[in-house]
Amino acid sequence: MADHGKGRPPRVGDNKVFRRVLLTVVLLLVALMIVAPLVVIAVEAFSRGIGYFAKSIADPDTRHAILLTVVTALIAVPFNTAFGVAAAWAITKHDFPGKRLLTVVIEIPFSVSPIVAGVSYLFVYGLQGLFGHALQAADIKILFALPGIVLASMFVTGPFVARELIPLMQAQGRDLEEAATSLGASGWRTFFSVTLPNIKWALLYGVVLCNSRVMGEFGAVSVVSGNIRGQTNTLPLHIELLYHDYNAAGAFAAASILACLAIVTLVAKVALERRGAGRVQRPSALAGADSITPEVKP
Amino acid sequence: MRRRVLPGLPLALGITLVYVGIIVVLPLAALVFKAASLGPEDYWRIVSSDRALASYRVTLLCALAATAFNLVFGLSLAWVLVRYRFPGRRLVDALVDLPFALPTAVAGIALTTLFATNGWFGGPLSHLGIKVAYTPLGIIVAMSFTSIPFIVRTVQPVLEELDPALEEAGQTLGASDLSIFASVMLPLLAPALLAGVSLSFARSLGEFGAIIFIAGNQPFSTEITALLAFIRLEEYDYPASAAIASVMLLTAFVMLALTNLMQARALRYTVKG
Repeated sequence: MADHGKGRPPRVGDNKVFRRVLLTVVLLLVALMIVAPLVVIAVEAFSRGIGYFAKSIADPDTRHAILLTVVTALIAVPFNTAFGVAAAWAITKHDFPGKRLLTVVIEIPFSVSPIVAGVSYLFVYGLQGLFGHALQAADIKILFALPGIVLASMFVTGPFVARELIPLMQAQGRDLEEAATSLGASGWRTFFSVTLPNIKWALLYGVVLCNSRVMGEFGAVSVVSGNIRGQTNTLPLHIELLYHDYNAAGAFAAASILACLAIVTLVAKVALERRGAGRVQRPSALAGADSITPEVKP
Repeated sequence: MRRRVLPGLPLALGITLVYVGIIVVLPLAALVFKAASLGPEDYWRIVSSDRALASYRVTLLCALAATAFNLVFGLSLAWVLVRYRFPGRRLVDALVDLPFALPTAVAGIALTTLFATNGWFGGPLSHLGIKVAYTPLGIIVAMSFTSIPFIVRTVQPVLEELDPALEEAGQTLGASDLSIFASVMLPLLAPALLAGVSLSFARSLGEFGAIIFIAGNQPFSTEITALLAFIRLEEYDYPASAAIASVMLLTAFVMLALTNLMQARALRYTVKG
């Protein structure tokens, strides 16, 4: 904190005028581009008074959208977490051929547009897709129903947990686990008493980010859900519907719930980063980047 | 000596492969299969139609503009966060991630409301004769918003670990701040900047939710490629949708390869040996 203390020569960019100008411009842009959208959500949500806000939230379709969003997260997030832990365990604690390829494939969903994801699912489970007719014959509904929404959410959030765990577990190495198993601990016991305590904050961090994305996903879910009001509308889709119905106050009331979720996510993120989750364990250049290091030690 | 093998590989790898297979590989393979079943002539006709070409142009140009803006803004923001101490710094640091945490649809309606002609920013801007909402400018705004964190978060840690001795050496030699920045610091930041730029650009190319509210979505002028794929779907023109989506998928793979390449480079130049 004593960066500008006496006895230290000024560093590049410490010129008073430059510093003040840059700081002002940057903070102004942050206010305009990041803070203003948040403020406008709050203002618009209450633009027709608190009564209308309460009415919008209590509307059966909105309540159903909230419920569907929560149910989707309750299914997709645990699956994604199990996958992330399994992938990290396999990749960091074992050697097998094709490991590099697997790490790259796990990352793919981050590079693919949500719309492409949604369209792709249509060509698997839709009537014009691979299994569409078989599913229809068996009377199993995947698209335009909860399973489709969950699957699409699982696609877009695929790498969230894995990419937090893999660099961390790679840095931690295998020594502790090897010691535990050589002392006779079973695989599960080793995982729960040795590995898990070391990765719990990073795991939670990944889960928080995954949940936030599942609850907010729009593009992919919009393709596979069919947008049926009161049935397959998740909260982000319901916001779109209200907005296009010229019910801006209602749309922003619903949006304010997701904005609150975003703020809670940010607070949790900061709290977990203080416990060492997130950027700390990563190679410096990769911190925050949407990629995991496919670095494999022979 | 052979390493002791830890247990759990079959189960862990099994879960991983099943998940990746069903959730990631199967749908993308189905898309490629569907697009391939069109045959080269039909495929080419669809992906090179005037409307599709116009959508690539809008998407690419807007993504370029948004990324250029974020390059300057993101570098400045990272600089301010790392080098200066000011009240509220930690709050600003946390806020940088808001665009990732805020659902894109929510960002979309918020930005549209701000930049519509009767909005807080759109009003004053329209007096200056600048229309943002429902023009390509709106697309650029939405793209910049959703990809701000990439460049800040790739540059920030590298800037933090930049050795002060390098700057001091420049200062003792009498170089100006500007020339130290340009010839000493910028080259060291360049790999991280490039990595951030490619992530930001890739995200902008695929963005959908934040854009469709503010874009106006007029074919040939403000219709992005992702929306065109979506519209073809709603018209039940599934092959066209598959073809256009496959173009986006191909672009995504190219960007993924580029990003990995740049991150490998970034890592090579920053890891201390």
